[in-house]
Amino acid sequence: MTIKEIQEEIISDFSMMGNWEDKYEYIIHLGKELPLIDEAHKTPDNLIKGCQSRVWLHTELNDGKLYFTADSDAVITKGLVSLMIYVLSGHTPKDIAAADIFFIEAIGLSSHLSPTRSNGLLSMLKQMKLYAIAYQAKINQQ
Amino acid sequence: MEQIANIATALDVERIRKDFPILHTQVHGKPLVYLDNGATTQKPQVVIDAEANYYETYNSNVHRGVHHLSQVATNAYEQARHIVAGFINAAHSHEIIFTKGTTDGINLVANAMSRRFLKPGDSVIISAMEHHSNIVPWQIACEDTGATLKVIPINELGELQMDAFEALLDDSVKIVAVTYVSNTMGTINPVEDIIKLAHARNIPVLLDAAQAIQHISIDVQALKPDFLAFSGHKIYGPTGTGVLYGTTEWLNKLPPYQGGGDMIKTVTFAKTTYNELPYKFEAGTPNIAGAIALGTAIEYLQQVGLDKIQQWEEELLAYALQELRTIEGIRFIGDAAHRSGAISFLVHNIHPFDMGELLDQQGIAVRTGHHCTEPLMDQFQIPGTVRASLSFYNTKEEVDKLVAGIKRATSMLL
Repeated sequence: MTIKEIQEEIISDFSMMGNWEDKYEYIIHLGKELPLIDEAHKTPDNLIKGCQSRVWLHTELNDGKLYFTADSDAVITKGLVSLMIYVLSGHTPKDIAAADIFFIEAIGLSSHLSPTRSNGLLSMLKQMKLYAIAYQAKINQQ
Repeated sequence: MEQIANIATALDVERIRKDFPILHTQVHGKPLVYLDNGATTQKPQVVIDAEANYYETYNSNVHRGVHHLSQVATNAYEQARHIVAGFINAAHSHEIIFTKGTTDGINLVANAMSRRFLKPGDSVIISAMEHHSNIVPWQIACEDTGATLKVIPINELGELQMDAFEALLDDSVKIVAVTYVSNTMGTINPVEDIIKLAHARNIPVLLDAAQAIQHISIDVQALKPDFLAFSGHKIYGPTGTGVLYGTTEWLNKLPPYQGGGDMIKTVTFAKTTYNELPYKFEAGTPNIAGAIALGTAIEYLQQVGLDKIQQWEEELLAYALQELRTIEGIRFIGDAAHRSGAISFLVHNIHPFDMGELLDQQGIAVRTGHHCTEPLMDQFQIPGTVRASLSFYNTKEEVDKLVAGIKRATSMLL
């Protein structure tokens, strides 16, 4: 599936949830299920510090595709991080760099992407794109 | 006894709530439960009207024009100063400086002190529970002058260690700057003792009253702080307003903070002479509408009665603490014997941010995070807290909603 298709799938899943509890219980479930980042990668370099919660992000290039692992100390943030990874991980740097991320807003959690929330999710998305651009530049040089 | 009962029931919270239009707002389809009063308080209609009325009927610059509107505006602005002076029982209206807020007032004193009274070898005392706004201005002052910043430690309940404070008081200390009430833990500090001990050594005291002024009746002539700063928006007035009280003696001793219009007597390129108090410290066009509306906010509180407000808030705080204690896994950050306003807590190992978000979904507004007291969070070794802070317009039903909301969020998060 393309990045766009995966997002549409998530939006469709969320549209079937009737109330805020269902939505948040699902996100919290994802947060608890997210495969933890390798402790060795939980370094200060990989830390994206928000005002409220912290996010660690590790990136690897494999066969021309980028793979992300991540963690957060807040479980709702972690659930959204998990969704973000589901959407972007395993795609080419070129596709990730160009991706339009619209699902967060569509599922009604746009406050997580507002700079005032400063919870690390917006910073994480920016960081993922920066990695993608950097890897893309590297690939172009080869 | 009958009289006591009358006083106890005198505060009609339901009637008071009608004075605050925003309290009838819905959030996520639920009635707003506003428990973030430590961050800012809501405004009664009279305050909103006072601000609008200024712009609608007599907007004009103060202290300058001979024309009618300027006179009306000047009179209203100076009347507001008079109201503030009366509210804290200042000896003179000129001891009331209008500022942008508590932060602005503390910066004024720290900056002016650093330029005239601090030198290498001197020290400044603050406490471990200060808001960043009563830490950073003094750090800057110390960096600029070579003075040292000393910190009064706190115990595990979040109370100042007064014996340690006494040990810190020596002749190097040029000012003691402490908060009256902790914004994070609600601790009421023994400011009377602090002032007496400091004054015994001729050391001035600045009180950060940002979290005290709306809860506790303050008489500066009885308490005798040399400076006292508070924000208008935390006492039901507009944002961007505040007050710095200083004794005439100290305000005269301090050099001006900012230069500009209104703070001068005469200006030549060779030499400027400064205006008298309070104008020496009010450079530029002030927040006229804000100051006037702050005066209205204080008059409103006086009409309701600060003693009644205090009584209801104490009852509400005791009720909230009692009910919150029934939550399994709750841990209070700060559990002082004397407290007011704010309650900080954590439930099990739930991140405060997660708790805050699920409370928000239920229409309950609390604050989460470090509350601009990072050194305090480091001491307790936590990333932050959930903070509920009360006002006299809050009800026991709202406390019940908070408790139910926390239980619901906890069951989802654990």
